[in-house]
Amino acid sequence: MKEHFLAEYRAFVGNGGGSARAPAWLKPLRERAIARFAEVGFPTTHQEAWRFTSVQSIAETPFSLIPPDTPLPTLDDLAPLLVGGRATPRAVFVNGRFAPDLSSAQGLPDGVRLGGLAAALAAEPALVEAHLGKYARFDAHGFTALATAFLADGAFVSVPAKTVIEAPLQLLFVATAVAGHPMWHPRNLIVLGREARATVVETYAGLGDAASLTNAVTELVLGDGARGEHYRVQRESPNAYHVATTYSHQGRDSALESCAVVHQGRDSALESCAVVLGAGLSRHDLTAVLGGTGGYLILNGLQVLGGRQHVDHHTCIDHAQPHCESHEVFNGIFDAEARGVFNGRIIVRPGAQRTDSKQTNNNLLLSRDARADSQPQLEIYADDVKCTHGSTVGPLDPTALYYLRSRGLGAEAARALLTYGFGTEILARVGVPDVRTQLDRIVRERLHMDSWQQAI
Amino acid sequence: MADPLLEITDLHATAEGKEILRGVTLRVHAGEVHAIMGPNGSGKSTLAQVLAGHPAYTVTQGTVRYDGNDLLAMKPEERARAGAFLAFQYPVAIRGITNAYFLRSAVNAIRQHQGLEELDPLDFAQILETKLKAIGWDDSYLSRPVNEGFSGGEKKRNEILQLAVLEPRLAILDETDSGLDIDALKTVAEAVNKLRAPDRAFVVVTHYQRLLNYIVPDFVHVLADGRIVKSGGKALALELEEKGYDWLRPEAAIA
Repeated sequence: MKEHFLAEYRAFVGNGGGSARAPAWLKPLRERAIARFAEVGFPTTHQEAWRFTSVQSIAETPFSLIPPDTPLPTLDDLAPLLVGGRATPRAVFVNGRFAPDLSSAQGLPDGVRLGGLAAALAAEPALVEAHLGKYARFDAHGFTALATAFLADGAFVSVPAKTVIEAPLQLLFVATAVAGHPMWHPRNLIVLGREARATVVETYAGLGDAASLTNAVTELVLGDGARGEHYRVQRESPNAYHVATTYSHQGRDSALESCAVVHQGRDSALESCAVVLGAGLSRHDLTAVLGGTGGYLILNGLQVLGGRQHVDHHTCIDHAQPHCESHEVFNGIFDAEARGVFNGRIIVRPGAQRTDSKQTNNNLLLSRDARADSQPQLEIYADDVKCTHGSTVGPLDPTALYYLRSRGLGAEAARALLTYGFGTEILARVGVPDVRTQLDRIVRERLHMDSWQQAI
Repeated sequence: MADPLLEITDLHATAEGKEILRGVTLRVHAGEVHAIMGPNGSGKSTLAQVLAGHPAYTVTQGTVRYDGNDLLAMKPEERARAGAFLAFQYPVAIRGITNAYFLRSAVNAIRQHQGLEELDPLDFAQILETKLKAIGWDDSYLSRPVNEGFSGGEKKRNEILQLAVLEPRLAILDETDSGLDIDALKTVAEAVNKLRAPDRAFVVVTHYQRLLNYIVPDFVHVLADGRIVKSGGKALALELEEKGYDWLRPEAAIA
């Protein structure tokens, strides 16, 4: 089936590669990336990093790019997905393509960019090229190679130095009810300049039940002293496949391509939260490099899955410089035959003294057939550091259930409350009220909470 | 005299096949405070947990009537809704759920069962404030997750706060004094005393007489080897403090 994707690529390039105004350097980059894909193909479970996650179903599905003339949804269709209502500044992508008519950058300070990457590449190539692909590499595995080969559009956010934006900036990627097996490879670049402050909410959602493949790459760059909050919500259809690869690399040896990358400068602070509720199969590789002294990182994640859904998070926090602090908490709630995989790697580089790093992964199994695998992985090459990690996998605590029942809650309500607590532990840390409220509502719906058990 | 609120007759119970309660008989009327004392392993906490409906214990013989109904046939939540409350010896942490949310959920679960309208967060906050004022406490741990990271004293105080909010007719306190220093003990005891009422009964389970200096009982019972071996007034507690428990053990009595 590798041949199918290679043929798709040839058709894509033959049709102009998405944009006639693409910069000259893009073509050779794509060529190298597709050659890489031709060489390695899709990952298999024989590879350590993919041991628990088989992508055979993706490899065997003839996914294809879809024509640009698919009908757009209306703003009314999108309203439930918008954080903070219709006034929220947003860049909307429909089936992988930027939809200017559904987007809005009104009211943002001068110099702020919020829109499509292809347009930005054409209009302001210097602004984009300064960062695009500078922090990561495309040749890690087949998905990153494919994403780079098909690189055409995605979101571009740029906040100039010392600019503060209060309202969350939303990047909304919707899949409509497209027949067949559509695929898209959104490539996102978010740049916060020196001492800038902003919140970005990246949402992937399905408006239908398309059996789509999203293969997203997000690069997030924080300048010195910048403060960023990044929320990533994935709530695609249970038929959908979602791959978001995130590699970051300190230094210049791999400045070609990347995936979701979190890169921090000196004294910068980032809060990141990844919430997964959707897709049949989803894989998220998230690498956060603390590349300047005094960096601070909060990396949280919540997964609420049922049915036969499968989620795999591979996170890597790279303490490349001294005096940085990172806190990572991932909670998973798995019902029915759902399956969760968490691999949390923490690297403390030589010389990264006074690193303070804490990692926690808790997994709740609500059924006998649910399963979770948790693997912490610490690699410490400095001696004056504080690193702790812990993980749990298990059913609801029977003693806690009894305790709640002894206070008058029925067995079902007690189960729901305990499960909800697993979620709120993460949601309570979400700093933006609109985002927190939206996520809280989704989680409560998912857990069938009674109407009166509302809001934390 | 009115019918007893709680009537335990010849109660036998086992845990993991081992018999722990071997024929407990006890009557408690509304408005009374009964202390259950006894050495470690005598079955005090088992009695408290059996009354609350802990699934790890099996009742093998005997009856428990509560307000005229068969308590043992009721699920733990049904007992709570009927007004029975156990302050746990080891309160359980509930991650991610704040105290305020938890208390509102419990109150609303009970109200829902009684056919009353559920309270919204604002109404409930007012009620909570009144309750806190009544027992003289502040709202410092309402916004913290239930018992998570609480000190021993905070957990015990939290149990009494739940008692105050849920307004049970029968309150069983299981070793509420264990792990408390003297100041915390006084604070908890004062709150309990404010909650004493003619229509409310207390069963206070404790190893030490100390707590009973502050929560003065009407009756004291000594539990040993799964049976009540002696009952008396509050003076019995002082006698136990002086002489210990050995003289009351059944085998000692036989010898």
